[in-house]
Amino acid sequence: MSSAPGSYYVPNPSAWPIIGSIGLFTLLLGFMLFLNEGAAGTWLMIVGAGIVALMMFGWFGTVISESEGGLYNDHVDMSFRMSMLWFIFSEVMFFAAFFGALFYTRTLAVPWLADTDLLWPNYEGGWPTAGPKGPLPIDADTAVSDPAAQFSTIGPWGIPVLNTFLLLASSVTVTIAHHALKHNARGNLILWLGVTLVLGFVFLYFQAVEYSHAYGELGLTLGTGVYGATFFMLTGFHGLHVTIGAIMLTVVWLRCLRGHFKPENHFAFEASAWYWHFVDTVWVGLFVFVYVF
Amino acid sequence: MATAEAAHHDEHHGHPTGILRWITTTNHKDIGTLYLCFSLTMFLVGGLMALVIRAELFQPGLQVVDPHFFNQMTTMHALVMIFGAVMPGFVGFANWMIPMMIGAPDMALPRLNNWSFWILPFAFTMLLASLFTAGGGPASGWTLYAPLSIQGGMSVDMTIFAIHMMGVSSILGAINVIVTIFNMRAPGMALMKLPLFVWTWLITAFLLIAVMPVLAGAVTMLLTDRHFDTAFFNPAGGGDPVMFQHIFWFFGHPEVYILILPAFGIISEIIPTFSRKPLFGYTTMVLATAGIAFLSFIVWAHHMFTVGMPLAGELFFMYSTMLIAVPTGVKVFNWVSTMWRGSLTFETPMLFALAVVFLFTIGGFSGLMLAITPADFQYHDTYFVVAHFHYVLFSGSVMAMMGGAYYWLPKWTGHMYDERLGKIHFWTNTIFFNITFFPQHFLGLAGMPRRIPDYALQFTEFNVISSMGAFGLGLSQLIFVYVVIKCVRGGKKASDKVWDQPRGLEWTVPSPAPHHTFDTPPKIA
Amino acid sequence: MLCSRIRTTAIAGLSAAAFGLMADVAVAAWEVNLQPPVSPIGRDILELHNLIMLICLIIFLVVFSVMFYSLYAHRKSKGHEASQFSHSTKAEVVWTIIPFLILVGMAIPSTATLIKMEDTSKADLTVKITGYQWKWQYEYPEHGVSFYSNLSTPRAQIEGIEPKGENYLLEVDNPLVIPTNKKVRFLLTANDVIHAWWIPQFGTKKDAIPGYINEMWTLVEKPGTYRGQCAELCGKDHGFMPIVVEAKAPEEFEAWLETEKQRQAKQTADLNRDWSKDELLAHGEKVYVNCVACHGAAGKGLPEAFPAIAGSPVATGPIAEHVSLVMNGKSGTAMQAFKNQLSDLDIAAVVTYQRNALGNSTGDVVQPSQVNSIR
Ligand code: HEA
Ligand code: HEA
Ligand code: HEC
Ligand code: CUA
Ligand SMILES: [Cu+2]
Repeated sequence: MSSAPGSYYVPNPSAWPIIGSIGLFTLLLGFMLFLNEGAAGTWLMIVGAGIVALMMFGWFGTVISESEGGLYNDHVDMSFRMSMLWFIFSEVMFFAAFFGALFYTRTLAVPWLADTDLLWPNYEGGWPTAGPKGPLPIDADTAVSDPAAQFSTIGPWGIPVLNTFLLLASSVTVTIAHHALKHNARGNLILWLGVTLVLGFVFLYFQAVEYSHAYGELGLTLGTGVYGATFFMLTGFHGLHVTIGAIMLTVVWLRCLRGHFKPENHFAFEASAWYWHFVDTVWVGLFVFVYVF
Repeated sequence: MATAEAAHHDEHHGHPTGILRWITTTNHKDIGTLYLCFSLTMFLVGGLMALVIRAELFQPGLQVVDPHFFNQMTTMHALVMIFGAVMPGFVGFANWMIPMMIGAPDMALPRLNNWSFWILPFAFTMLLASLFTAGGGPASGWTLYAPLSIQGGMSVDMTIFAIHMMGVSSILGAINVIVTIFNMRAPGMALMKLPLFVWTWLITAFLLIAVMPVLAGAVTMLLTDRHFDTAFFNPAGGGDPVMFQHIFWFFGHPEVYILILPAFGIISEIIPTFSRKPLFGYTTMVLATAGIAFLSFIVWAHHMFTVGMPLAGELFFMYSTMLIAVPTGVKVFNWVSTMWRGSLTFETPMLFALAVVFLFTIGGFSGLMLAITPADFQYHDTYFVVAHFHYVLFSGSVMAMMGGAYYWLPKWTGHMYDERLGKIHFWTNTIFFNITFFPQHFLGLAGMPRRIPDYALQFTEFNVISSMGAFGLGLSQLIFVYVVIKCVRGGKKASDKVWDQPRGLEWTVPSPAPHHTFDTPPKIA
Repeated sequence: MLCSRIRTTAIAGLSAAAFGLMADVAVAAWEVNLQPPVSPIGRDILELHNLIMLICLIIFLVVFSVMFYSLYAHRKSKGHEASQFSHSTKAEVVWTIIPFLILVGMAIPSTATLIKMEDTSKADLTVKITGYQWKWQYEYPEHGVSFYSNLSTPRAQIEGIEPKGENYLLEVDNPLVIPTNKKVRFLLTANDVIHAWWIPQFGTKKDAIPGYINEMWTLVEKPGTYRGQCAELCGKDHGFMPIVVEAKAPEEFEAWLETEKQRQAKQTADLNRDWSKDELLAHGEKVYVNCVACHGAAGKGLPEAFPAIAGSPVATGPIAEHVSLVMNGKSGTAMQAFKNQLSDLDIAAVVTYQRNALGNSTGDVVQPSQVNSIR
């Protein structure tokens, strides 16, 4: 298993992939049973998630030790970089589906429904809307008295705009940390990466506050027609991705504490940073199209 | 440039053997073999389901299965064939051939490669198991249109999760292909020197990464509509069932090119070899492939002409769809020109390639007819469509894979396959294929809808013919299975070059190809 | 136009080229082309179809004559040496541009036809069509007439116990009736899942989508009975959801409309009187055709998918719950709300029937007025 210059590292057979498949299968099977009121579902889900986590630890652990062991050369590094970029592209397309749903309903479906007097005689359309049978929208950020009849949306200029600044700032701080790493300024690296993490977690905390506000006072839930559906699916999947990105950065931060990474070789750091920028960009799209307009 | 002990570790370390070898392997050839075996198995499973369909349609009236089960068979047949037989089949070819063709030691991300494969058996366990749940398997057609799919039982959830898993598998596999092609080429292997098979796969992989996530999004919305009270496809909540179709076909149309582009690649390898002539118009072939891929993103609603789109939308999608005939035509013409004034021989791979060009074009022309919106109002959801897509899918994708299998089997196994049996397989396959599917054009025109378990009496004759053809077609596949097994087991030793004057790096290495083909990058002329 | 000539040529060419043995295309069972159209749009489509078919056939013959000539003439076994040319910009430009021009030629008549098809303005009559699992409802909003249309082929024919009739699977109890030579506009929608309403001879097909209204039109020139089928997978009995249209001369249509109005008026009167148990059972058995598809003729259902009526806790439990289930359905399952499809009488009758037949014998009698009070 040499890594002589110019040769490409081909890893030995590995059991992590099959463990990952078993974990994924168990997780999804459990979820499926859970949705269909099977008792075993919850337990299977936990077991499955555990196996997947184990796989992640094991697999990434192997990769890290191979990397720190100097088995990878620039050529391998390049493969990793390219794959991360293409992976992020696939994530972009995943969000595109939900943004597409938002644009489609707003610009086409809802106006059509509003025009269909034969079936929905009193429906006015407009946005936000929960559809002809759903509760009626009232002004943003006003608490509703009867969630069956009314709902309210989250206006952009409260927490959402604050969250925008948090994420944008975190993109800056992660870049500062990257520069520090390139100049081998370990103290600054750890500091700025730590700040990034804090910003990320504060963002998530605010999102949680928003959600409970929405469910508790505004009568805005997943079930609030297409508005609720697109709102929660978009922000929810975004939040999930922030969480994943934050976990990735946390791992990277811990590795920095241990003295991993070199100024010229730090793929894991860069990959996480790219992912973070991506999550950030999605948020800007969300802010503009979900909250502001 | 390389010091070559790099990849030679395999022999020295205690590597798992037996079944564990296959489960843990990181070798592109092993993984390629796994994919191909999986694909063949799924082809037989999906084919058996097709035979259930054809058995029920053999005569008017309900004889073999009840309508609910019939719908499950239609749905499963398509899902198994598309996601289980054709897509993994092509990934198998990619795994075997791409590193060999570009002069690389392996795929760029070997462990990930293993995972891409090993997700699939679990995904299909999930999918096929749904047939045995209470209320049976998914029965809403492979297109899973809401709100019909919202009515289904837990089998629909299993299908959704199976699709999620297949999506992960495809995306990871596609990333691997792209990175391998971009990053692992031997020095001197410029992009415009890549064999066409590699080019078509590069573009296919791009399509996969672009659209599989969209499918995942679509079925996720289905899932939340089913269980979490969202209203994406529910008009009462302001949603639209047709939106599901838009998202599905935004995936679905590029998907059909995912299913055909690698086939074009294989054909473009076979025809020059047996014409003893270079491929005609290499550059335009590459451009045409890219053109098809680009157009595939802007034509999706041609599956939805009858949903009541505004006129402008219908016109746009009609024109854009028709345009695809231009780059596809370029390909057909280039293949014919490759043969022109060559020195042709007709071994089994070449026979398959010729049949693909001929029969795919029939399917392409019926596709063009479907693209004509006013006429599609008549064709839509009839057997004319069924005939169209079997001509492109079976006599396009599947037969190209068979041709490719005959073409490269000697390189994979080191043995020649049985040429006589190969030819018999070719002729029975091709004749029965046409008996099965050609009459379906007439059925569709005469007005027989698709996805029905029973039909009016005027459709009887052609259905009888089609069903008889299907059983013959099924039997002829047994020959194929036999030939492959026989070739793997032994046979005349194949030379390195195998064919008379093949082009490409894969013919410069021994047959069977060594475990890691190119430890040292080859010199590219 | 030259189109009829094209049609003949196309049919001849196609059958000769592809199915040499089928020279005799006259027999209906061996029909290889679209059904004979009876509306202007249907005719346009047929001409378009024939034209494009012919163009494709010609290109096909040209391309593959070249290929087969090459296969024949440039064989190695004949000693043909391979030349090594590998491109020709001129040729490639030519075979990019020519197909493009051909496509433009096809697009022009297609666009013209499409524009005509989509113009639903200035209709003489409007019919609203609603798809249900698995039947159609037809309403004439301008005349206050509406009714349902169910498959009328007996189960026994489907199961092969009786010989199949001429219009097997393409026959209904109440066909849609429209006048000839009038522009009829259809408004399509659905109650549960997507269906599609299609009569091949009219050249009309459009999806009926729940929550939305689609429009299309036709003008039938010849009186007669025209048959089609639901053309979008809509669940178990998608294949058993035929469409039958009777086109009548305008005077006959008016007459039919009058009788239909009177029939429906009488029905309303029936709702207000009390019905005897036998009357209800007799009527209930008829209404039960709405339920057979799922619950089976003998009320046995289909295990795991559709519950049996025989011994059903609902059909033997409290009457009010039974009635309300039939009226409101159960969301998320195939059990639909029959409130708007069935009259009070129908519901009373079918509930009475389910409680006293199909293996149940509760002895309960449910009156239309009772149903009305729950409604
Ligand atoms: C491998 C898969 C594959 C491929 C390659 C294609 C290729 C094409 N398909 Fe097909 N299609 C399917 C798989 C595929 N299709 C499937 C699975 C469905 C049904 C899905 C479902 O509903 O379940 C479908 C359905 C489908 C529809 C919807 C029908 C309906 O439901 O009403 C349409 C409509 O436009 C269409 C069009 C086309 C066109 C224009 C092409 C073109 O790419 C064809 C181009 C090729 C040629 C035209 C021939 C060669 C060209 C020449 C020789 C040049 C000269 C030609 C001219 C100038 C005319 N297809
Ligand atoms: C790559 C894709 C692919 C392939 C290869 C096939 C292959 C075949 N298909 Fe499939 N088909 C689809 C994709 C494909 N199909 C899709 C996408 C649909 C649409 C589904 C939908 O509407 O949702 C469809 C729908 C479809 C229908 C319409 C169903 C309906 O509308 O209700 C029919 C009907 O004839 C059919 C038939 C066949 C047949 C006879 C084969 C044959 O080629 C199969 C040949 C193979 C075998 C038969 C198996 C091999 C042999 C054995 C296992 C040995 C045992 C055999 C004997 C003893 C005889 N297919
Ligand atoms: C499209 C299929 C379909 C049709 C048509 C249909 N039903 Fe049902 N029915 C169902 C399903 C599915 C259920 C089970 C609902 C559930 O899960 O509780 C059901 C349940 C019932 C039940 C309760 C049975 C039980 O024990 O839970 C009754 C009573 C009933 N239907 C009556 C009718 C009547 C009366 C008609 C006709 C007027 C009818 N159904 C038509 C699908 C159908
Ligand atoms: Cu209604 Cu199919
Ligand atoms: Cu398409």
